[in-house]
Amino acid sequence: MNETAAISGNDVVEINPMYFFRWEEPQQAYVLLYPEGVVKVNETAAAILKMCDGKRNTGQIVSELNDLYTTDVSESVYKFLEVSHAKGWIRRKS
Amino acid sequence: MPKAGSGVSLDGLGMPMWLTLELTYRCPLHCPWCSNPLDFDKYGNELSTEEWKKVLRDGRKMGSLQLGFTGGEPMLRDDIEELVGEAENLGYYTNLITSGIGLAPDRLKAMKKAGLKQIQLSLQSSDRDITNKLVGVDVYDQKLAVAHDIKAQGFPMVLNVPVCKQNISQTRDILKLAEELGVEYIEFANIQYYNWALVNRSELLPTREELEDAEEVVMEFRERLGNRMSIYFVIPDYFDKRPKACMNGWGAIHLTIAPDGAALPCQESRVIKNLEFPNVREHSLEWIWHESPVFNEFRGDKWMKEPCRSCDERDKDFGGCRCQAYLLTGDAANTDPVCAKSSMHDLIQTGVAEATDPRRIQRPLVLRRKGAITSDFLETAG
Repeated sequence: MNETAAISGNDVVEINPMYFFRWEEPQQAYVLLYPEGVVKVNETAAAILKMCDGKRNTGQIVSELNDLYTTDVSESVYKFLEVSHAKGWIRRKS
Repeated sequence: MPKAGSGVSLDGLGMPMWLTLELTYRCPLHCPWCSNPLDFDKYGNELSTEEWKKVLRDGRKMGSLQLGFTGGEPMLRDDIEELVGEAENLGYYTNLITSGIGLAPDRLKAMKKAGLKQIQLSLQSSDRDITNKLVGVDVYDQKLAVAHDIKAQGFPMVLNVPVCKQNISQTRDILKLAEELGVEYIEFANIQYYNWALVNRSELLPTREELEDAEEVVMEFRERLGNRMSIYFVIPDYFDKRPKACMNGWGAIHLTIAPDGAALPCQESRVIKNLEFPNVREHSLEWIWHESPVFNEFRGDKWMKEPCRSCDERDKDFGGCRCQAYLLTGDAANTDPVCAKSSMHDLIQTGVAEATDPRRIQRPLVLRRKGAITSDFLETAG
Protein backbone atom coordinates (compact mmCIF):
# COMPACT_ATOMS: atom_id res chain seq x y z
CA MET A 1 0.00 0.00 0.00
CA ASN A 2 1.36 3.40 -0.95
CA GLU A 3 1.51 5.72 2.07
CA THR A 4 1.55 8.88 0.05
CA ALA A 5 -1.03 8.04 -2.64
CA ALA A 6 -4.22 10.10 -2.71
CA ILE A 7 -7.12 8.78 -0.65
CA SER A 8 -9.55 6.91 -2.88
CA GLY A 9 -13.15 5.85 -2.44
CA ASN A 10 -12.22 2.29 -1.54
CA ASP A 11 -9.89 3.24 1.28
CA VAL A 12 -11.06 2.49 4.77
CA VAL A 13 -9.63 5.11 7.11
CA GLU A 14 -9.47 5.40 10.87
CA ILE A 15 -8.20 7.90 13.43
CA ASN A 16 -4.50 7.32 13.96
CA PRO A 17 -4.26 5.55 17.34
CA MET A 18 -1.67 8.13 18.42
CA TYR A 19 -4.51 10.66 18.40
CA PHE A 20 -7.45 10.97 20.70
CA PHE A 21 -10.59 12.42 19.18
CA ARG A 22 -13.37 13.55 21.43
CA TRP A 23 -15.88 16.21 22.43
CA GLU A 24 -14.50 18.75 24.91
CA GLU A 25 -17.36 20.31 26.84
CA PRO A 26 -15.58 23.45 28.17
CA GLN A 27 -14.40 24.36 24.66
CA GLN A 28 -17.74 23.42 23.09
CA ALA A 29 -15.75 21.76 20.34
CA TYR A 30 -14.35 18.47 19.15
CA VAL A 31 -10.64 18.14 19.82
CA LEU A 32 -7.82 15.96 18.56
CA LEU A 33 -5.37 15.33 21.35
CA TYR A 34 -1.84 14.06 20.92
CA PRO A 35 1.44 14.23 22.83
CA GLU A 36 1.77 17.85 23.88
CA GLY A 37 -0.77 19.08 21.39
CA VAL A 38 -4.41 19.95 20.85
CA VAL A 39 -6.24 20.65 17.62
CA LYS A 40 -9.70 22.11 17.90
CA VAL A 41 -11.73 21.05 14.89
CA ASN A 42 -14.80 22.81 13.54
CA GLU A 43 -18.20 21.24 13.17
CA THR A 44 -17.85 20.05 9.60
CA ALA A 45 -14.38 18.64 10.16
CA ALA A 46 -15.69 16.82 13.21
CA ALA A 47 -18.57 15.40 11.17
CA ILE A 48 -16.02 13.86 8.80
CA LEU A 49 -13.63 12.62 11.48
CA LYS A 50 -16.48 10.94 13.36
CA MET A 51 -17.00 8.74 10.32
CA CYS A 52 -13.35 7.73 10.12
CA ASP A 53 -14.17 4.70 12.23
CA GLY A 54 -12.22 2.01 10.43
CA LYS A 55 -15.46 0.50 9.12
CA ARG A 56 -16.79 2.81 6.43
CA ASN A 57 -14.78 3.36 3.26
CA THR A 58 -14.33 6.94 2.15
CA GLY A 59 -16.87 6.50 -0.66
CA GLN A 60 -19.51 5.69 1.96
CA ILE A 61 -18.39 8.62 4.11
CA VAL A 62 -18.80 10.99 1.20
CA SER A 63 -22.23 9.71 0.24
CA GLU A 64 -23.49 9.85 3.84
CA LEU A 65 -22.22 13.43 4.18
CA ASN A 66 -23.82 14.37 0.83
CA ASP A 67 -27.11 13.14 2.27
CA LEU A 68 -26.55 14.90 5.59
CA TYR A 69 -25.81 18.28 4.01
CA THR A 70 -28.22 17.69 1.08
CA THR A 71 -25.64 18.96 -1.37
CA ASP A 72 -22.57 17.55 -3.09
CA VAL A 73 -19.73 18.00 -0.60
CA SER A 74 -17.49 15.28 -2.02
CA GLU A 75 -14.73 17.56 -3.20
CA SER A 76 -14.25 19.30 0.15
CA VAL A 77 -14.54 16.01 2.06
CA TYR A 78 -11.79 14.39 -0.01
CA LYS A 79 -9.71 17.51 0.41
CA PHE A 80 -10.12 17.39 4.18
CA LEU A 81 -9.29 13.67 4.26
CA GLU A 82 -6.13 14.37 2.29
CA VAL A 83 -5.10 17.08 4.72
CA SER A 84 -5.93 14.87 7.72
CA HIS A 85 -3.92 12.06 6.21
CA ALA A 86 -0.96 14.33 5.50
CA LYS A 87 -1.07 15.59 9.07
CA GLY A 88 -1.18 12.04 10.36
CA TRP A 89 -4.60 12.41 12.06
CA ILE A 90 -6.05 9.53 10.09
CA ARG A 91 -4.53 6.49 8.44
CA ARG A 92 -5.57 3.78 6.05
CA LYS A 93 -6.70 0.72 7.84
CA SER A 94 -4.44 -2.18 7.03
CA MET B 1 1.17 23.77 20.06
CA PRO B 2 -1.83 25.87 19.15
CA LYS B 3 -1.11 28.88 17.01
CA ALA B 4 -0.98 32.20 18.70
CA GLY B 5 -3.97 34.46 18.27
CA SER B 6 -4.56 37.86 19.80
CA GLY B 7 -5.70 39.09 23.18
CA VAL B 8 -6.25 37.00 26.25
CA SER B 9 -8.52 34.24 25.12
CA LEU B 10 -6.57 32.71 22.20
CA ASP B 11 -7.46 29.14 21.39
CA GLY B 12 -8.00 28.40 25.05
CA LEU B 13 -10.90 30.86 25.28
CA GLY B 14 -9.19 32.20 28.38
CA MET B 15 -8.95 28.76 29.97
CA PRO B 16 -5.75 27.19 31.31
CA MET B 17 -5.80 24.45 28.68
CA TRP B 18 -2.28 23.35 29.56
CA LEU B 19 -1.77 22.25 33.14
CA THR B 20 1.71 21.24 34.25
CA LEU B 21 2.24 19.59 37.60
CA GLU B 22 5.78 19.63 38.89
CA LEU B 23 5.24 16.85 41.40
CA THR B 24 8.67 17.23 42.95
CA TYR B 25 11.97 19.03 42.47
CA ARG B 26 13.82 15.89 43.58
CA CYS B 27 15.69 14.14 40.79
CA PRO B 28 18.33 11.43 40.49
CA LEU B 29 19.94 13.30 37.57
CA HIS B 30 22.09 16.42 37.81
CA CYS B 31 21.52 18.02 34.40
CA PRO B 32 23.39 21.30 33.93
CA TRP B 33 20.39 22.83 32.09
CA CYS B 34 17.78 21.92 34.70
CA SER B 35 14.79 24.28 34.67
CA ASN B 36 14.22 23.91 38.42
CA PRO B 37 15.31 26.76 40.71
CA LEU B 38 18.96 26.99 41.74
CA ASP B 39 17.79 26.59 45.34
CA PHE B 40 15.50 23.66 44.47
CA ASP B 41 16.41 21.94 47.73
CA LYS B 42 14.63 24.64 49.74
CA TYR B 43 11.17 23.63 48.55
CA GLY B 44 10.67 20.46 50.54
CA ASN B 45 7.04 21.02 51.34
CA GLU B 46 5.51 18.97 48.49
CA LEU B 47 1.76 18.84 48.01
CA SER B 48 0.10 15.68 49.31
CA THR B 49 -1.77 13.20 47.13
CA GLU B 50 -5.09 14.72 48.18
CA GLU B 51 -3.87 18.25 47.48
CA TRP B 52 -2.73 17.26 43.97
CA LYS B 53 -6.08 15.56 43.36
CA LYS B 54 -7.88 18.76 44.28
CA VAL B 55 -5.70 20.68 41.80
CA LEU B 56 -6.65 18.12 39.15
CA ARG B 57 -10.38 18.44 39.86
CA ASP B 58 -10.32 22.24 39.98
CA GLY B 59 -8.19 22.46 36.84
CA ARG B 60 -10.54 20.27 34.88
CA LYS B 61 -13.52 22.38 35.98
CA MET B 62 -11.72 25.41 34.56
CA GLY B 63 -11.15 23.71 31.22
CA SER B 64 -7.65 22.26 31.59
CA LEU B 65 -7.15 19.55 29.03
CA GLN B 66 -3.51 18.73 28.40
CA LEU B 67 -1.82 17.57 31.56
CA GLY B 68 1.90 17.14 32.10
CA PHE B 69 3.31 15.28 35.08
CA THR B 70 6.86 16.46 35.48
CA GLY B 71 9.44 17.44 38.08
CA GLY B 72 12.24 16.93 39.01
CA GLU B 73 11.63 13.29 38.36
CA PRO B 74 7.91 12.58 38.78
CA MET B 75 8.51 8.83 39.22
CA LEU B 76 10.03 9.63 42.61
CA ARG B 77 6.47 10.20 43.83
CA ASP B 78 5.03 6.85 44.81
CA ASP B 79 1.48 8.18 44.29
CA ILE B 80 1.93 9.00 40.60
CA GLU B 81 -0.05 5.97 39.43
CA GLU B 82 -2.93 7.13 41.62
CA LEU B 83 -2.70 10.69 40.29
CA VAL B 84 -2.65 9.48 36.69
CA GLY B 85 -5.73 7.38 37.40
CA GLU B 86 -7.55 10.38 38.89
CA ALA B 87 -6.54 12.58 35.93
CA GLU B 88 -7.74 9.94 33.51
CA ASN B 89 -11.14 9.72 35.21
CA LEU B 90 -11.44 13.48 35.01
CA GLY B 91 -10.87 13.46 31.23
CA TYR B 92 -7.35 14.86 30.88
CA TYR B 93 -4.90 13.87 28.16
CA THR B 94 -2.10 12.67 30.41
CA ASN B 95 1.60 13.11 29.56
CA LEU B 96 4.46 11.82 31.69
CA ILE B 97 7.70 13.76 31.33
CA THR B 98 10.50 11.66 32.75
CA SER B 99 14.19 10.81 32.78
CA GLY B 100 13.10 7.18 32.75
CA ILE B 101 14.82 6.49 36.04
CA GLY B 102 12.40 4.68 38.31
CA LEU B 103 10.18 3.62 35.43
CA ALA B 104 10.56 -0.10 36.09
CA PRO B 105 8.42 -2.48 33.98
CA ASP B 106 5.90 -3.09 36.79
CA ARG B 107 5.35 0.64 37.29
CA LEU B 108 5.04 1.12 33.52
CA LYS B 109 2.33 -1.53 33.49
CA ALA B 110 0.59 0.21 36.37
CA MET B 111 0.77 3.53 34.51
CA LYS B 112 -0.73 1.91 31.41
CA LYS B 113 -3.50 0.46 33.51
CA ALA B 114 -4.13 3.84 35.13
CA GLY B 115 -4.70 5.21 31.61
CA LEU B 116 -1.54 7.22 30.94
CA LYS B 117 -1.63 8.42 27.32
CA GLN B 118 1.99 9.16 26.42
CA ILE B 119 5.51 9.29 27.75
CA GLN B 120 8.18 11.85 27.03
CA LEU B 121 11.61 10.45 27.76
CA SER B 122 14.72 12.60 27.92
CA LEU B 123 17.77 11.52 25.95
CA GLN B 124 20.90 13.60 26.29
CA SER B 125 23.15 11.89 23.76
CA SER B 126 23.54 8.80 21.62
CA ASP B 127 26.86 8.19 23.35
CA ARG B 128 26.99 6.39 26.69
CA ASP B 129 29.94 8.29 28.16
CA ILE B 130 28.74 11.71 27.08
CA THR B 131 25.27 11.03 28.48
CA ASN B 132 26.57 9.85 31.82
CA LYS B 133 28.96 12.75 32.09
CA LEU B 134 26.30 15.33 31.18
CA VAL B 135 23.77 14.12 33.75
CA GLY B 136 26.30 13.19 36.41
CA VAL B 137 25.07 9.59 36.88
CA ASP B 138 25.48 6.33 34.95
CA VAL B 139 22.02 6.09 33.43
CA TYR B 140 22.49 5.61 29.69
CA ASP B 141 21.91 1.84 29.59
CA GLN B 142 18.96 2.13 31.92
CA LYS B 143 17.41 4.85 29.77
CA LEU B 144 17.67 2.74 26.63
CA ALA B 145 16.14 -0.24 28.42
CA VAL B 146 13.27 1.97 29.59
CA ALA B 147 12.77 3.29 26.04
CA HIS B 148 12.33 -0.30 24.82
CA ASP B 149 9.96 -1.10 27.69
CA ILE B 150 7.85 1.98 26.92
CA LYS B 151 7.41 0.87 23.32
CA ALA B 152 6.73 -2.71 24.43
CA GLN B 153 3.83 -1.37 26.51
CA GLY B 154 2.46 0.37 23.43
CA PHE B 155 2.77 3.96 24.61
CA PRO B 156 3.22 6.74 22.08
CA MET B 157 6.57 8.21 22.92
CA VAL B 158 8.42 11.48 22.55
CA LEU B 159 12.18 11.50 22.83
CA ASN B 160 13.27 14.85 24.17
CA VAL B 161 16.81 15.85 23.35
CA PRO B 162 18.11 19.06 24.93
CA VAL B 163 20.26 20.57 22.19
CA CYS B 164 23.73 21.62 23.31
CA LYS B 165 27.36 21.80 22.19
CA GLN B 166 27.97 18.36 23.62
CA ASN B 167 25.39 16.55 21.45
CA ILE B 168 24.70 18.70 18.39
CA SER B 169 27.18 16.79 16.22
CA GLN B 170 25.39 13.51 17.09
CA THR B 171 22.11 14.57 15.49
CA ARG B 172 22.32 11.80 12.88
CA ASP B 173 23.10 9.10 15.42
CA ILE B 174 20.36 10.30 17.73
CA LEU B 175 17.82 10.24 14.89
CA LYS B 176 18.94 6.73 13.91
CA LEU B 177 18.54 5.61 17.50
CA ALA B 178 15.06 7.15 17.64
CA GLU B 179 14.14 5.39 14.42
CA GLU B 180 15.36 2.04 15.75
CA LEU B 181 13.40 2.55 18.96
CA GLY B 182 10.28 3.26 16.90
CA VAL B 183 9.38 6.51 18.63
CA GLU B 184 6.63 8.61 17.06
CA TYR B 185 8.08 11.97 17.99
CA ILE B 186 11.50 13.35 18.63
CA GLU B 187 11.92 16.83 19.91
CA PHE B 188 15.24 18.59 19.68
CA ALA B 189 14.50 20.96 22.51
CA ASN B 190 16.36 24.22 22.58
CA ILE B 191 17.74 24.76 26.00
CA GLN B 192 16.05 27.74 27.60
CA TYR B 193 18.73 29.78 29.28
CA TYR B 194 17.32 30.35 32.76
CA ASN B 195 18.37 28.92 36.10
CA TRP B 196 21.02 26.18 35.70
CA ALA B 197 21.21 26.60 31.95
CA LEU B 198 22.00 30.30 32.29
CA VAL B 199 24.83 29.51 34.69
CA ASN B 200 26.23 27.13 32.07
CA ARG B 201 25.27 29.06 28.95
CA SER B 202 28.78 29.55 27.57
CA GLU B 203 29.46 25.81 27.79
CA LEU B 204 26.12 24.72 26.29
CA LEU B 205 25.10 27.07 23.48
CA PRO B 206 26.03 25.63 20.08
CA THR B 207 27.12 27.78 17.14
CA ARG B 208 24.83 28.83 14.31
CA GLU B 209 26.88 26.66 11.92
CA GLU B 210 26.45 23.61 14.13
CA LEU B 211 22.71 24.25 14.30
CA GLU B 212 22.43 24.64 10.54
CA ASP B 213 24.33 21.40 9.96
CA ALA B 214 22.00 19.64 12.37
CA GLU B 215 18.98 21.12 10.62
CA GLU B 216 20.15 19.68 7.33
CA VAL B 217 20.32 16.21 8.84
CA VAL B 218 16.86 16.72 10.31
CA MET B 219 15.46 17.64 6.90
CA GLU B 220 16.99 14.55 5.36
CA PHE B 221 15.31 12.33 7.96
CA ARG B 222 11.99 14.16 7.63
CA GLU B 223 12.06 13.57 3.90
CA ARG B 224 12.78 9.86 4.33
CA LEU B 225 10.53 9.08 7.30
CA GLY B 226 7.49 11.25 6.50
CA ASN B 227 4.66 10.54 8.93
CA ARG B 228 6.43 7.69 10.68
CA MET B 229 8.33 10.00 12.98
CA SER B 230 7.67 13.69 13.62
CA ILE B 231 10.86 15.64 14.19
CA TYR B 232 10.62 18.95 16.03
CA PHE B 233 13.59 21.16 15.43
CA VAL B 234 13.76 24.94 15.46
CA ILE B 235 16.71 27.30 15.54
CA PRO B 236 16.89 28.73 19.08
CA ASP B 237 15.73 32.26 19.84
CA TYR B 238 19.30 33.40 20.53
CA PHE B 239 19.92 33.12 16.77
CA ASP B 240 16.65 34.71 15.74
CA LYS B 241 15.70 38.34 15.23
CA ARG B 242 12.33 38.02 16.91
CA PRO B 243 11.46 36.43 20.25
CA LYS B 244 9.50 33.22 20.71
CA ALA B 245 5.78 33.54 21.47
CA CYS B 246 6.58 32.33 24.96
CA MET B 247 3.79 30.26 26.55
CA ASN B 248 1.41 31.77 23.97
CA GLY B 249 1.40 34.76 26.26
CA TRP B 250 1.52 35.12 30.04
CA GLY B 251 -1.55 33.65 31.74
CA ALA B 252 -3.10 32.74 28.38
CA ILE B 253 -3.27 28.93 28.27
CA HIS B 254 -0.51 27.64 30.58
CA LEU B 255 -0.72 26.99 34.29
CA THR B 256 2.07 25.31 36.24
CA ILE B 257 1.84 24.14 39.81
CA ALA B 258 5.23 23.82 41.54
CA PRO B 259 5.94 21.04 44.08
CA ASP B 260 5.09 23.32 47.02
CA GLY B 261 1.79 24.42 45.49
CA ALA B 262 2.94 27.75 44.05
CA ALA B 263 1.01 28.58 40.88
CA LEU B 264 3.23 29.80 38.05
CA PRO B 265 2.42 31.13 34.57
CA CYS B 266 5.31 28.98 33.33
CA GLN B 267 7.81 26.56 34.82
CA GLU B 268 10.55 29.17 34.84
CA SER B 269 8.66 32.16 36.19
CA ARG B 270 10.03 31.73 39.70
CA VAL B 271 13.20 33.37 38.41
CA ILE B 272 11.31 36.70 38.55
CA LYS B 273 12.07 37.54 42.13
CA ASN B 274 9.73 40.44 42.78
CA LEU B 275 6.55 38.47 42.10
CA GLU B 276 4.55 36.90 44.94
CA PHE B 277 3.27 33.64 43.46
CA PRO B 278 -0.13 32.54 44.79
CA ASN B 279 -0.29 29.09 46.34
CA VAL B 280 -3.05 26.50 45.85
CA ARG B 281 -2.90 25.82 49.58
CA GLU B 282 -4.18 29.36 50.23
CA HIS B 283 -6.25 30.31 47.20
CA SER B 284 -8.71 28.70 44.82
CA LEU B 285 -7.37 27.83 41.39
CA GLU B 286 -10.20 29.91 39.95
CA TRP B 287 -9.00 33.03 41.82
CA ILE B 288 -5.37 32.32 41.01
CA TRP B 289 -5.99 32.08 37.28
CA HIS B 290 -8.52 34.87 36.86
CA GLU B 291 -7.89 37.34 39.69
CA SER B 292 -4.41 37.00 41.15
CA PRO B 293 -2.05 39.94 40.54
CA VAL B 294 0.71 37.62 39.25
CA PHE B 295 -1.38 36.05 36.50
CA ASN B 296 -2.66 39.47 35.42
CA GLU B 297 0.74 41.17 35.61
CA PHE B 298 1.73 40.49 31.98
CA ARG B 299 -1.57 39.35 30.54
CA GLY B 300 -2.68 41.01 27.31
CA ASP B 301 -0.58 43.99 26.18
CA LYS B 302 -1.29 46.83 28.63
CA TRP B 303 1.97 46.21 30.51
CA MET B 304 4.12 46.59 27.44
CA LYS B 305 6.73 49.28 27.03
CA GLU B 306 8.34 50.44 23.81
CA PRO B 307 9.29 49.02 21.39
CA CYS B 308 6.61 46.36 22.06
CA ARG B 309 3.75 48.76 22.76
CA SER B 310 3.61 50.15 19.24
CA CYS B 311 4.95 47.05 17.48
CA ASP B 312 2.60 45.43 14.98
CA GLU B 313 3.96 42.00 15.92
CA ARG B 314 2.98 42.30 19.60
CA ASP B 315 -0.03 40.01 19.12
CA LYS B 316 2.22 37.44 17.51
CA ASP B 317 5.02 37.06 20.03
CA PHE B 318 3.64 38.92 23.10
CA GLY B 319 6.98 40.64 23.53
CA GLY B 320 8.73 37.30 24.00
CA CYS B 321 9.66 35.79 27.32
CA ARG B 322 9.17 37.67 30.60
CA CYS B 323 11.71 35.52 32.43
CA GLN B 324 14.37 36.11 29.80
CA ALA B 325 13.65 39.86 29.90
CA TYR B 326 14.01 39.82 33.68
CA LEU B 327 17.14 37.69 33.85
CA LEU B 328 19.03 39.54 31.15
CA THR B 329 17.74 43.13 31.40
CA GLY B 330 16.65 43.27 35.04
CA ASP B 331 13.02 44.20 34.25
CA ALA B 332 10.44 41.58 33.31
CA ALA B 333 8.34 44.21 31.49
CA ASN B 334 11.11 44.97 29.03
CA THR B 335 11.12 43.60 25.51
CA ASP B 336 12.75 40.18 25.37
CA PRO B 337 16.33 41.15 24.40
CA VAL B 338 16.29 38.41 21.74
CA CYS B 339 14.29 40.87 19.66
CA ALA B 340 16.50 42.89 17.33
CA LYS B 341 14.27 45.89 18.11
CA SER B 342 15.27 45.77 21.79
CA SER B 343 17.75 48.44 22.84
CA MET B 344 19.46 45.69 24.85
CA HIS B 345 19.77 43.18 22.02
CA ASP B 346 23.56 43.40 22.38
CA LEU B 347 23.18 41.30 25.57
CA ILE B 348 22.21 38.36 23.37
CA GLN B 349 24.87 39.06 20.77
CA THR B 350 27.53 39.24 23.48
CA GLY B 351 26.24 36.01 25.01
CA VAL B 352 26.41 34.23 21.67
CA ALA B 353 29.86 35.62 20.90
CA GLU B 354 31.11 34.50 24.30
CA ALA B 355 29.73 30.99 23.99
CA THR B 356 30.80 30.43 20.41
CA ASP B 357 34.32 31.88 20.59
CA PRO B 358 36.60 28.90 20.00
CA ARG B 359 39.34 30.64 22.03
CA ARG B 360 37.15 31.15 25.08
CA ILE B 361 38.40 29.83 28.39
CA GLN B 362 36.35 26.70 28.94
CA ARG B 363 34.83 26.16 32.33
CA PRO B 364 33.53 22.91 33.73
CA LEU B 365 29.74 22.49 33.61
CA VAL B 366 28.04 23.23 36.91
CA LEU B 367 25.85 20.20 37.50
CA ARG B 368 22.57 20.59 39.35
CA ARG B 369 23.40 19.73 42.93
CA LYS B 370 22.26 21.10 46.23
CA GLY B 371 24.31 24.16 47.13
CA ALA B 372 26.28 24.08 43.86
CA ILE B 373 25.36 27.67 43.23
CA THR B 374 23.76 30.31 45.35
CA SER B 375 20.63 32.02 44.09
CA ASP B 376 22.29 35.39 44.72
CA PHE B 377 23.46 34.92 41.16
CA LEU B 378 19.94 35.82 40.02
CA GLU B 379 19.93 39.12 41.85
CA THR B 380 23.09 40.35 40.15
CA ALA B 381 22.49 38.98 36.66
CA GLY B 382 20.62 42.10 35.48
